[in-house]
Amino acid sequence: MNDKDVIICRCEDVTLADIKKAIKDGYTDVESLKRHLQIGTGPCQGKTCIPLTEKILARELQKSVEDVGVVTSRPPESPVPFGIFLKGDKKNGK
Amino acid sequence: MESKDVVIIGGGITGLSTAYYLAKEGLRNIVVIEKSYLGSGSTGRCGTGIRQQFTTREHIILMRESVKLWKEWENNLPKSVHFRQGGYLWLLKESEMDAYREYVRLQNILGVNSRIIGKDDVKLIVPDINTEGIAGASWCPSDGNAYPFDTIDALRIALKRFGILIRQFEEVKEIKVKNGIIQQVVTDKETFNTHFVVDAAGFGARKVARMVGVDLPLKLYRHQIAVSEPVKVFLEPMVVKGELYFTQTYRGRIIGGTDLNEQPTESLSSTDEFLPQFANEILSVLPTISSLNVMRQWAGFYVVTPDHHPILGGTDLPGFLLGVGFSGHGFMLGPVVGKLLATYIMHGTMYLPEANNLDLRRFRSGCLIQEKAVIG
Ligand SMILES: Cc1cc2nc3c(=O)[nH]c(=O)nc-3n(C[C@H](O)[C@H](O)[C@H](O)COP(=O)(O)OP(=O)(O)OC[C@H]3O[C@@H](n4cnc5c(N)ncnc54)[C@H](O)[C@@H]3O)c2cc1C
Ligand code: FES
Repeated sequence: MNDKDVIICRCEDVTLADIKKAIKDGYTDVESLKRHLQIGTGPCQGKTCIPLTEKILARELQKSVEDVGVVTSRPPESPVPFGIFLKGDKKNGK
Repeated sequence: MESKDVVIIGGGITGLSTAYYLAKEGLRNIVVIEKSYLGSGSTGRCGTGIRQQFTTREHIILMRESVKLWKEWENNLPKSVHFRQGGYLWLLKESEMDAYREYVRLQNILGVNSRIIGKDDVKLIVPDINTEGIAGASWCPSDGNAYPFDTIDALRIALKRFGILIRQFEEVKEIKVKNGIIQQVVTDKETFNTHFVVDAAGFGARKVARMVGVDLPLKLYRHQIAVSEPVKVFLEPMVVKGELYFTQTYRGRIIGGTDLNEQPTESLSSTDEFLPQFANEILSVLPTISSLNVMRQWAGFYVVTPDHHPILGGTDLPGFLLGVGFSGHGFMLGPVVGKLLATYIMHGTMYLPEANNLDLRRFRSGCLIQEKAVIG
């Protein structure tokens, strides 16, 4: 299969080809790669695409997954609407 | 061992902007050293805002110039930084109106096109805003925002084209001084010979300055911020009310924060108090987004000086320069600060005289300049 057809992050539509190109351009750790391509920033919160990206990066650079850096997770665990936190009289705000 | 004309410590907007303007001045044998990845400090965590609505001559003049330079960056850097002049809409209670009228007067005298507007005009700018309890706003249409990671990336590519060395994941550990002159910068990987060092290390700036015996009056305050899922862009201005601020990025995410009034801390973990407070504040101003999902929250440092102005320029140690202590405004100041420091290194003078009032000596002489318009 062509690298362009291998989708790594479905939410943000990032392919294996995009990742390989970014690594060539000098994004050689997960945090900067993630920010550059927006990997892992979709509704599923990167649960599968981030670990995949770590593996690809490690393989491309011939390093261990620990060496390419592990992404910090940023709460909330899953997306929640702003309105969930609303307290008091809803009509008048606060 | 390499010799460098200038060693810049810190790969945030301050360090990269300084390197960019040095390169434009023709100085290419320099290095930027970043202990993590570029933008990993406050720059990549910030709220994107760029404003000229300040209350002191120094801030207003520097920011007026910086907005000019942001336009140049948008046009000249190898990729868009997504600088957008959507304005800053600063919502005011009746009791705040008089003070902001005075601030606007000073801004106008110094050439910034801000003005006080009434409630109805607020609705014209952002129709969905709940104007209950609001008397009007301070509005500056030429304020705006830019996208931090695109900015960092655009500068990185520009520096690469100039042939400038950038070292990532390399930490400065020691600066060697002999007979009152800087000799070497030692990292965990290498030693560079140099006589010029720029401390642009953000939250690490105090530690770096201590390496050469310079004490900086900086405190770290944690500030938290959140983004929503992306939706079609409907909100171009930055909206401010008290400590609350929010806008929408060009990628469609609502981004914003507020202040929890925390004591200084070294911790960067997010807390459970933040989202409920931010959500309630933002919904009281923009009730229409209550079903929008919050995607992520994170925290970063405001590196704060006693008078909320940065410390720029030289120190008692020749060749040791500072671009630190931005007190929550270092992203917007990035272009002008880089240009000021670069021209200072090349020509020995600040090209905007107001910047002379911002050097370290003011804390000794007591000539502090208090900024009153500080947000979130
Ligand atoms: C939540 C939040 C919202 C904000 N919103 C805005 C806003 O809307 N507008 C605005 O203008 N500003 C805002 N700010 C402030 C702004 O982010 C900072 O003032 C600005 O990014 C400072 O840039 P800098 O390059 O000076 O520092 P940083 O971006 O922090 O860069 C300093 C770098 O130095 C590196 N470093 C430290 N020590 C060493 C060492 N010993 N060796 C090598 N490298 C080292 C660090 O890793 C870091 O990357 C906000 C800040 C926060 C936290
Ligand atoms: S697949 Fe990458 S964020 Fe959802």
